[in-house]
Amino acid sequence: MSILEMGKVVLKNLFNKPVTERYPFVKKEYPSGARGKVNIDPAKCIYCGICQRKCPTAAIVTTKEPKVWTIDRMRCISCNACVEVCPKKCLVLDVMYSPCSAKQGTDSFRP
Amino acid sequence: MSNRTIIPFGPQHPVLPEPIHLDLVVEDEKVVEAIPSIGFIHRGLEKLVEKKDFIDFVYVAERICGICSYIHGMTYCMSVEQLLKLEIPDRAQYLRTIWSELSRIHSHLLWLGLTADSFGFESLFMQSWRIRESILDIIEETTGGRVIFGAAKVGGVRRDVSSVKLDEIMKKLRVYQKEINTIGSVFLNDTTVKHRMQGVGVLSQADAKSLGAVGPMLRGSGVSQDMRMTGYASYGKIGFTPVVETAGDCYARTKVRILEIAQSVDIIQKCIEQIKEGPIEVKVIGMPDGEYFARTEQPRGEVIYYAKGNGTKFLQRMRVRTPTFANLAPLLATLRGCQLADVPVIVLTIDPCISCAER
Repeated sequence: MSILEMGKVVLKNLFNKPVTERYPFVKKEYPSGARGKVNIDPAKCIYCGICQRKCPTAAIVTTKEPKVWTIDRMRCISCNACVEVCPKKCLVLDVMYSPCSAKQGTDSFRP
Repeated sequence: MSNRTIIPFGPQHPVLPEPIHLDLVVEDEKVVEAIPSIGFIHRGLEKLVEKKDFIDFVYVAERICGICSYIHGMTYCMSVEQLLKLEIPDRAQYLRTIWSELSRIHSHLLWLGLTADSFGFESLFMQSWRIRESILDIIEETTGGRVIFGAAKVGGVRRDVSSVKLDEIMKKLRVYQKEINTIGSVFLNDTTVKHRMQGVGVLSQADAKSLGAVGPMLRGSGVSQDMRMTGYASYGKIGFTPVVETAGDCYARTKVRILEIAQSVDIIQKCIEQIKEGPIEVKVIGMPDGEYFARTEQPRGEVIYYAKGNGTKFLQRMRVRTPTFANLAPLLATLRGCQLADVPVIVLTIDPCISCAER
């Protein structure tokens, strides 16, 4: 019977648990390779500016004097290009996304 | 003679995820002619190639479309690699094939959901998207992104996938395949679904050929053509026969897509069986020079990338011919003579991706 094809699915759905995660009670874990936001260890950074040159969206700006590493979170596309080229391996791509924000601005890091 | 009325369809319409405008000339309930107008979301991405260097442009190519993003990026990489005369390692080719097929599965599931929505079968829509969510989870685990994979790179791929992970993926896909079969049988056997699809929007084989249809639209009309037959990436080693249906109506196109999902799972299985350890990328040396056409098969049909280099780090010209653009002419032919109520279903069966078509 053709009408029973969907009936089976609907009945199964009716008696099973919801397929969505019960969010505030069950925490959502991102997989280990997920591309969230870029984090920096300012103590290890030598402010060479390679990440700035390789960034496809020009989200990163570094200055040597004074030593400042700046990122515009709204421009960043989390492509991992800066992490791949960093000679000191001080950049990491965190699995967590950067929080929502209502106004544009940059995050600055100093040693 | 009855009165003719023009009914505007789109750019904002419940079945359209993206803006396209059709002026439907109707006589009573029958559509006599459809006049399209496109250009609502033109972004000028082809011009951008003159300002972004050829390595950075992969990120732009991936963002031409939100659903077949990986295949866009991969095809761009293929065209540039040919200009640079790079030999891509085997492992990278297999990984490219696996990700292409995963993106085909998720795109087809998305389309099945949207089609169910277009004829008002909300619960079938939810079920299709539930399975798609699991496929997106696999993609996120292997590439880090859900729809924008960011895994394509000139000279290979950006990420490796361990063999343990590949086996896990295969086990999961076998489970999802059973669920897709259940949903698929509703699409293929349910009376109400058949009633809305069979004999609706018929495109004859001759019309499909002469109007230049591509992808499931072409294969649903009985033409056995698929770019995967050319053997790019690792399709040549795996062997490939396209799915073909002959009826040419909306039902045939749906059937092609459902059978292609099963075929994609089989292709991924063969890739996982054949893939060997090895490097995943080669060093990019030199600057692109010369011109090349790269052709690949997207979920929606054939995409063509034309790239012309002049020995500098900026390409001189790049052109993309996307499947939706090729399918617009056959769409207008199928709309002629249909009932007004069938228009949303017919428009959806070409799997329209307007941001692709307008770039």
